[in-house]
Amino acid sequence: MKTLFSVLTVIAVIVAVWYAACVPMNIKGVLDQVERGGAVVVPETPKARRDASAFGLVVNNAFAIAEVWSVERPRLPAPHQVAVELWNTAVEKKISSKRSLIYHGKVTLSATLLGFAIGTGLGILLAVGIVHSKVMDMSIMPWAIVSQTIPIIALAPMIIVVLYSIGVQGLLPKAIISAYLSFFPVVVGMVKGLRSPDAMQLDLLHTYHASAAQGFWTLRLPASMPYLFASLKIAIAAALVGAIVGELPTGAVAGFGARLLAGSYYGQTVQIWSALFAAALLAAGLVALLGLMERQILKRMGEGS
Amino acid sequence: MVFGAVLIWGLGWWVNVQLAKGSFADHRGVQLLVPAIFGVTLVLIWELLVRGLEVPLVILPAPSVIALRFGSSLDLLWADFSQTILKGALGGYVIGCSAALGVAVLVDRSEFLRRGLLPVGNFVAALPIVGTAPILVMWFGFDWQSKAAVVVVMVFFPMLVNAVAGLRETSALQRDLMQTYAASYGQSFFKLRLPAALPFIFNGLKISTTLALIGAIVAEFFGSPTVGMGFRISTSVGQLALDMVWAEIVVAALAGSAFYGLMSLIEKQATFWHPSQRRGRN
Repeated sequence: MKTLFSVLTVIAVIVAVWYAACVPMNIKGVLDQVERGGAVVVPETPKARRDASAFGLVVNNAFAIAEVWSVERPRLPAPHQVAVELWNTAVEKKISSKRSLIYHGKVTLSATLLGFAIGTGLGILLAVGIVHSKVMDMSIMPWAIVSQTIPIIALAPMIIVVLYSIGVQGLLPKAIISAYLSFFPVVVGMVKGLRSPDAMQLDLLHTYHASAAQGFWTLRLPASMPYLFASLKIAIAAALVGAIVGELPTGAVAGFGARLLAGSYYGQTVQIWSALFAAALLAAGLVALLGLMERQILKRMGEGS
Repeated sequence: MVFGAVLIWGLGWWVNVQLAKGSFADHRGVQLLVPAIFGVTLVLIWELLVRGLEVPLVILPAPSVIALRFGSSLDLLWADFSQTILKGALGGYVIGCSAALGVAVLVDRSEFLRRGLLPVGNFVAALPIVGTAPILVMWFGFDWQSKAAVVVVMVFFPMLVNAVAGLRETSALQRDLMQTYAASYGQSFFKLRLPAALPFIFNGLKISTTLALIGAIVAEFFGSPTVGMGFRISTSVGQLALDMVWAEIVVAALAGSAFYGLMSLIEKQATFWHPSQRRGRN
C-alpha cells in the first residue's frame, strides 16, 4: 500500500514535469502559429525568435501558454494528446484498418513471438548441450559471452536485405532478429540454471544409479526453472526490441517500427509517442504474462512462496 | 572445397575434444586455446564454403574479402568509429551513467523515493527504449548530440536500478558498526556503502556498454550526417556492398568487446576483494 502510494507519487511527478516541459519545448511553434493568426508576439519575426531562448519567449508571451498543450504537430506532445491518440487508433479504429494500432501491434507481436519461440528453443537446446558436453562448454561458451558485447542490432538491416535477396520476406527476417536477441540471455540463464543443483543433490542421484537423462529430467530441469523464467523475461523484451528494429531498415509498411519511422519522416510526433507507448504496454504485458506463468508453474512445482 | 570444410570441422572438433579431455583442461592456456580453435575453424569453414559453393557477394562475402575491405578503407572506418563510438556512444555513456549514479545516491537517501522510483525504473528498464530514437533525433538534430541523447536514455535506467540495489547491499550489522564509530553520512558512504555497491555498479556499467553501442548505431538509422557506423551500414546495404557492412560489423564487434573488456578489467582492479573475483576453484 505504501509502495503503491510512492509509485503513484513518482508517476504524478513525472507527468507534471512532462506537462511543464511542453511549455518551453512547444512555445516557438505556438508563437509562429498565433502570429499567423494575427496576434502580436514579442520578438516579431520568426527569425528573431529562433535565436531567442525558449524561457524568454515564454515569459514575454504568457498569453500563448494555454496553446502549447494542444498543438497539432508539437515537438513534445502533452500526455493527454498521446492518450487520446492511443485511444483513437487502438480502440476507435477498426482492427483491419491500416491506421489501427492493434493491427500494427499484431504484426510486431507475431514477429516477436515467432522469434522468441525460435530463440528460446535453440537457446535451451544449446544450454543442454553445453551442460552435458565439456567440449561444447569450452569452445562455445566464451563466444556466447563475447557475442553479448557486440551490438547485434547493427546486423539487422543486412539480415533483412540478404534474406530478401534469396526470396525470404515478411515475418521471418524480423523473427530471426528477435530470435538472435532472445537467444543468448536464455543460453546464459539456462546454463546457470542447469548447473544450479549442488554436489550433494547430484551425488544423491549418483547413489541411485540414475542415468544422465534421468538426472536431467528429475533434477536439473526442475532446478533450472527459476533461472529459465528470469531469462525468459529478459528475452521477450529483447525479442520485441528486435522486431521493432527489424522493421526500421526495410521501410516496412506495418508494425510499431514502421509507425515510428513514418512518424519521424512526416513529423507526426503524436504518432511516434503513441506507437512508443503501445510498444511499452505490449512489452509490459508480455513480461507480466511470463511472470504470471512463472508463479503458476513454480507453485505447481512446490517452489513458489 | 566443401569437403575441405567438413574435414576442417572434424579436425578442429577432434582437437578440442582431445584438449578438453586431456589432463591440462583446467590450465589457463588451454581454456583460451579451445575457443580460439573453435573460432578459427568457423572462419575457415565460412571461407571454404563461400568459395566452394560460390555464394554471391550480395549474400555472404568471404572473410578474406571482408579483411581486404577492412584493410583498404581504414580511414573511412576510423571516421565512422570516432563519430559513432567516441562521440555518440562514449559521450552518452559517460553522461548517462554519471547522472544515474547521482540520482541513485539521492534516491538512496530517501525511503519514499526508493519505494516509488525503483518499480518505475525496473519497468522502464524493460521497455523498448530504442523507440525514443526518432524523437530524440528530432530534438537534438542529426549530429552526434542526438545519438548521445539516445544513449543517455538507454543506459540511465539499467544503471539506476543496479546502483540503487547496490547501495542497499550493506547489512544492518555493518551499518551499526559504522554508527558505533560515530561515522558521518559521508564517511560511512565512502568507506562502507560505496565499496559494497561497486560490484552492482560495475554490473550496470558492463550492461550499459552494449546498450550504448546499440543506441548510437540504431539512432543513426533515423537520420545522421554522412558519417557514422549506422549511416554506413544502412547506405552500404542499399548499395549491396556487403563487404563494407561486414567491415563495420567487425569494427562494432571489436569496439564492443574492447569496451566491455576494459570495464571488466577496471572491475577486477576495483573489486578484487569480492568473492566472484577471487582466484581459485569455485
